[in-house]
Amino acid sequence: MQIKENTTLYDAIIVGSGAGGGMATKILSEAGLKVAVVEAGPFFDPTDPEQKTQLRWPYESPRRGAGTRRPFGDFDSAYGGWEIEGEPYTFKDGTKFDWFRSHMLGGRTNHWGRISLRFGPDDFKHKSVDGHGEDWPISYQDVAPYYDKVDKLIGVFGSKEDLRNDPDGYFLPPPKPRLHELFYIKGAKKSGVPVYPSRLSMLTKRINNDRGVCFYCGQCSRGCQVHADFSSGTCLIFPAQKNGGQVDLFVNCMVREVTTDAEGRATGVSYISKDDRKEYKLKGKVVVLGASACSSARILLNSKSPQHPNGLGNSSDAVGRYLHDSTGADMMAFVPDLMNRKTSYNEDGVGGMHVYSPWWGDNSKLDFPRGYHIEVWGGMGMPSYGFGFNVNEFNKFFGTKVGGYGDILRSDAKKYYGAIVGLSGRGESIALKDNYCEIDPNTVDQWGIPVLRFHYKWSDNERKQAKHMQDTFDEILTNMGGEVIGNKPGADQDFGLHTPGRIIHEVGTTRMGDDPRTSVTNKFQQLHDADNVFIVDAGPFSSQADKNCTWTILALSWRASDYIVDQFKKQNL
Amino acid sequence: MDRRKSLKSIVLGSVAGGLALHGCNPGEGPKEELSVAKAEGIKWMTAEENKLMDELQAEQFFNPHELATLTVLCDLILPGDGGFKSASDAEAVPFIEFMVKDVPEMQVDFRGGLMWLDHRSNTDFGKEFIAAGPEQQKRLLDEIAFYDPEVPQLERPFGVNFFSTVRNLTLTGFYTSKLGIEELGYQGNMPNVWNGVPQDVLDQHGVSYDPQWLAKCVDQSQRNVVAEWDDQGNLIT
Repeated sequence: MQIKENTTLYDAIIVGSGAGGGMATKILSEAGLKVAVVEAGPFFDPTDPEQKTQLRWPYESPRRGAGTRRPFGDFDSAYGGWEIEGEPYTFKDGTKFDWFRSHMLGGRTNHWGRISLRFGPDDFKHKSVDGHGEDWPISYQDVAPYYDKVDKLIGVFGSKEDLRNDPDGYFLPPPKPRLHELFYIKGAKKSGVPVYPSRLSMLTKRINNDRGVCFYCGQCSRGCQVHADFSSGTCLIFPAQKNGGQVDLFVNCMVREVTTDAEGRATGVSYISKDDRKEYKLKGKVVVLGASACSSARILLNSKSPQHPNGLGNSSDAVGRYLHDSTGADMMAFVPDLMNRKTSYNEDGVGGMHVYSPWWGDNSKLDFPRGYHIEVWGGMGMPSYGFGFNVNEFNKFFGTKVGGYGDILRSDAKKYYGAIVGLSGRGESIALKDNYCEIDPNTVDQWGIPVLRFHYKWSDNERKQAKHMQDTFDEILTNMGGEVIGNKPGADQDFGLHTPGRIIHEVGTTRMGDDPRTSVTNKFQQLHDADNVFIVDAGPFSSQADKNCTWTILALSWRASDYIVDQFKKQNL
Repeated sequence: MDRRKSLKSIVLGSVAGGLALHGCNPGEGPKEELSVAKAEGIKWMTAEENKLMDELQAEQFFNPHELATLTVLCDLILPGDGGFKSASDAEAVPFIEFMVKDVPEMQVDFRGGLMWLDHRSNTDFGKEFIAAGPEQQKRLLDEIAFYDPEVPQLERPFGVNFFSTVRNLTLTGFYTSKLGIEELGYQGNMPNVWNGVPQDVLDQHGVSYDPQWLAKCVDQSQRNVVAEWDDQGNLIT
């Protein structure tokens, strides 16, 4: 059977509907372009009772929210996970990379942590600071106006602190700290670690008349029915449709490759419909890839043609290379001073921490480059699967018996409820050419599309950083009067450093640069090898920073989209 | 034939094969379960998730004797007296039944653990655990209910680990139920306005808010006023 070709010629075909694809959809369609959005998963709207998990009780799930199916629990709004049936990926040379995919409208923005940090001036030029990795071809000054616009469009709470490498923005006011966060502030200050109000994209204050205001259920990971947090569907794609944009949504459509003509320019995409398992084609003047750093690299590498024998945009051989995830390590402690809490009030708060510590260290005095920020968790959360496990193990700190049965367990459960505090470090790794994804020549997924094979190893830079995290957390938690839970991981366990991919900040696979021999896109995220193909996910990131990547994806996608509109106006596309 | 397949065969009608493996009383348990296994699905789950859910719900893992034993055990862990609701009031047992199907790795330990308990009870008291008196049941539990957390879990006796698992799932089952959440006193999962930790709680735990920090925080009386900023990024509404 022939491939079915849609006769519509779109101005732009946008692949993926997460942060990057969503922003491109909004900017391009509102500029009058006719766009197609091709999303591998189903339509999703957190307001729809058929999909809404917000404000559901644990007993509405037979597994009480356990993570047996969805990795972050039954109520988490991510359709997908580390493993997706029928869509494998493989590894090379005994290395490992855990790849998280969320196939649904809005992608991973539906469940993410909403930590919305700007990269700072150093983050764009870090090679010039410490010699590692590569500088970006753009600077903070290039991106700052777009960060400003993103702040005002989407909304982020925070506080103006005038920190050199953690730039301020247009903030909504932050929520007051919770009880355990007050303990953290005390403990961190004692160790000279500064603490500030966190910066998260939830609306603590009205930002426009279309979206609601946060009602503090602490469940942003489930998606918000009043659209008071950022997700790509609710804040970008739905408003674009509402504003009269010409947006055709193609859901359950898995893009296979970008099609090209005899000149090597893109003509559109081919995709597999998951509904009928047939192959289709869409025609577009411009193709905008926002499928996720690794998925976009996969699409490019699978788009081979006589003009692009090494895969589209891959004359540099850099597609898939320089893949890097944030570093991550965690520690938790039992804090006796947080025992016997009154449950007289609701402290759900926003869906994340109310306070955090941006990187404070001086790397010139440390044995590793780049830093990390500290996230804080704890509190009297809603009981879910796992609640009451080892209910009175902390009795060991008081010399009383552990275990038992009967009503004593009830008082133990209440005595220790909310007395655990956890710290997580999320830091910057150095992008390395030898950490990459490529096409596995031996494996296809159930759609017949060749899959990715990963090769990724942490270096001592990341291990030393993780050690610093563990030592710092140990000290802060001890300052809080806490008893660390579990053994502190040593060198034999890479100091608790998570497997690459686990922090779900995949970036760098189509990095930007001025030199087409060493980079995939130019500074407007346009392929060096095909001027009508753009990449708006985190693939073009030259480096990651110790910040979460979403706010920068949004700012850069807006910037690239403005450039696309400008090029259309100049008739260059 | 593995267990999951054999249980599926009960649902699909090949009852004899299932019972041979099961050894349970015909006409009980599984049949009842069949009647509640319906294809309606859970509204907010995906079709794929619902398909698996239907399969799990249609299976019956524990036989009636095992269910009865588990009920006694769970109610010894969280008894219903002194104004408290019991584990079985909160349907902890159906929750455990579901979890051992959802996480099949737990099945052998559960089935073996319940038999182990009966064996101990038969040896000591000449009757199965459910037929033993409450004092006898507790005497048995006293041997396995406590553990030394300094001993790695894998090195603890089977009975201790078995009971720990039952206790863990009983507590989760209870405290994630409506009754359990009420007993715990959790006040969240409903729309509200967070305005900081109450003063009496701050006092109880010996902490306080820094006024400079509070000055940065949201004025909840202004939350519905649309945000505007000056050119320096200062919020002016």
